[in-house]
Amino acid sequence: MSEKGLQVADEGLEDIEIALLLDGVYRYYGADFREYAPASLRRRVREAVQREGVESVSALQAKLLHDTSCLERFLALLSINVTSMFRDPAFYLAFRTKVVPLLRTYPFVRLWHAGCSTGEEVYSMAILLHEEGLYPRCRVYATDMNPVVLRRAREGIFPLASMQEYTVNYMRAGGKRFFSDYYTAQYDHVIFNPALKANLLFSEHNLVTDGSFNEFHVVLCRNVMIYFNKTLQKRVHNLIYESLVMFGVFGVGNKESLRFTPREKNYDVLDAGNRLYRKVR
Amino acid sequence: MNKLVVVGTSTGGLNALQMLLPALQQEFSCAVVVVQHRGKEPGSQLRDFLQRSSPLPVKEPEDKEPILGGQVYLAPRDYHLLVERGNFALSTEAPVYFARPSIDVLFESAADAYGETVVGVILTGANGDGARGLAKIKSAGGTAIVQEPASAQASAMPEAAIAATNIDRILPLKEIGIFLSDVCHQRPRGELK
Ligand SMILES: C[S@@+](CC[C@H](N)C(=O)[O-])C[C@H]1O[C@@H](n2cnc3c(N)ncnc32)[C@H](O)[C@@H]1O
Repeated sequence: MSEKGLQVADEGLEDIEIALLLDGVYRYYGADFREYAPASLRRRVREAVQREGVESVSALQAKLLHDTSCLERFLALLSINVTSMFRDPAFYLAFRTKVVPLLRTYPFVRLWHAGCSTGEEVYSMAILLHEEGLYPRCRVYATDMNPVVLRRAREGIFPLASMQEYTVNYMRAGGKRFFSDYYTAQYDHVIFNPALKANLLFSEHNLVTDGSFNEFHVVLCRNVMIYFNKTLQKRVHNLIYESLVMFGVFGVGNKESLRFTPREKNYDVLDAGNRLYRKVR
Repeated sequence: MNKLVVVGTSTGGLNALQMLLPALQQEFSCAVVVVQHRGKEPGSQLRDFLQRSSPLPVKEPEDKEPILGGQVYLAPRDYHLLVERGNFALSTEAPVYFARPSIDVLFESAADAYGETVVGVILTGANGDGARGLAKIKSAGGTAIVQEPASAQASAMPEAAIAATNIDRILPLKEIGIFLSDVCHQRPRGELK
């Protein structure tokens, strides 16, 4: 009970404010974050409140709805883009040894990186496929909801300072050449060899609001669904299931799995530790 | 109501945890969640190391894994570990004060999700991570425990925590184990809702 004797809800005020804000952003702009995982979402909203210099989540809501530049900043804040080349080298090593032999049996291979961020994962895959002699018959679709990161992904320009870490990752991932064969350094950046881009296709796609757009032999969706709540995860698992050919391969992040999802029974495990699965029914 | 125990530590944490974990015996009914600052090196050595001194099972949780009593959960390398109502969640957002996993991120999410049922524990460490999170736990009605700085291998982290909020108990390591057992033993185990 508040001072005036009004009934105050059990649910925290901030939770209500966040729900209202997300609803407003969805109804007005069509950007749908209503089913993102609540804890990390709350952190982002609080950070936006601070950065925008407003007093409360409700005040942020008002600013978001009346000021599109505020919305753009908010969208940028909500898309967590941290990524790196050959992140989790063991994953790529397992991909080489367990997935590549399967892919050799197809005359033409379509891969989909869902939530590719700035593209490091995509260029890593292009290098791997190239070294395995598969690249000429592959088409790699790389999508993200965020047009800003996609623009960077298309350029294929990455900070020079990251190359030391990536080189170590590349070697651990079973790399067969010198990592530096693949890029040219320019000032504090490197540009990846344009030949690697030949079969890459970057485009905007939102896993929440867009549907299946092709049939793939491989779908990688790593460290993207951790930002979704369980209901939304289920939906996206269905979307990915529908987008895979029978016996297609599905890879998720190191700390994700198909356990606790309704599609678990549709996949066989190809490599449990490296989170590689194969659609079998 | 079952408690949720969250523990943060950095420099000296391995020794400290090695002494603390044996105190949490099989009957321990709460879930214990540990952030130990760590590098990006792959492998499960840290988990294996902690398991050797822990009567309770130690594991690195997966995304959306339910939170169970009588388990020690270790934040995986290169991810932030967050607590939601009923389950864990992971995030790769930028390191907070150079740390991923970050103690503040875990503690704040625990305070948001579980309020007064949270017991926050800050052990030895050479930076200020956790102070903000512990203050959040206190203001949400939870309990704050800090290792006595004089007995900590690195005192900066306990000191920062003490400066940040009202601490319920400042204790040497051995007594932290006893205090936690007291709060958590002899209660029915179960899934945290
Ligand atoms: C942490 S990054 C993962 C990058 C890469 N897959 C990796 O594992 O390194 C998460 C990406 O998911 C994207 N994302 C989040 N929600 C999305 C959605 N609904 N549809 C498509 N992409 C989304 C974000 O924009 C961000 O670029």
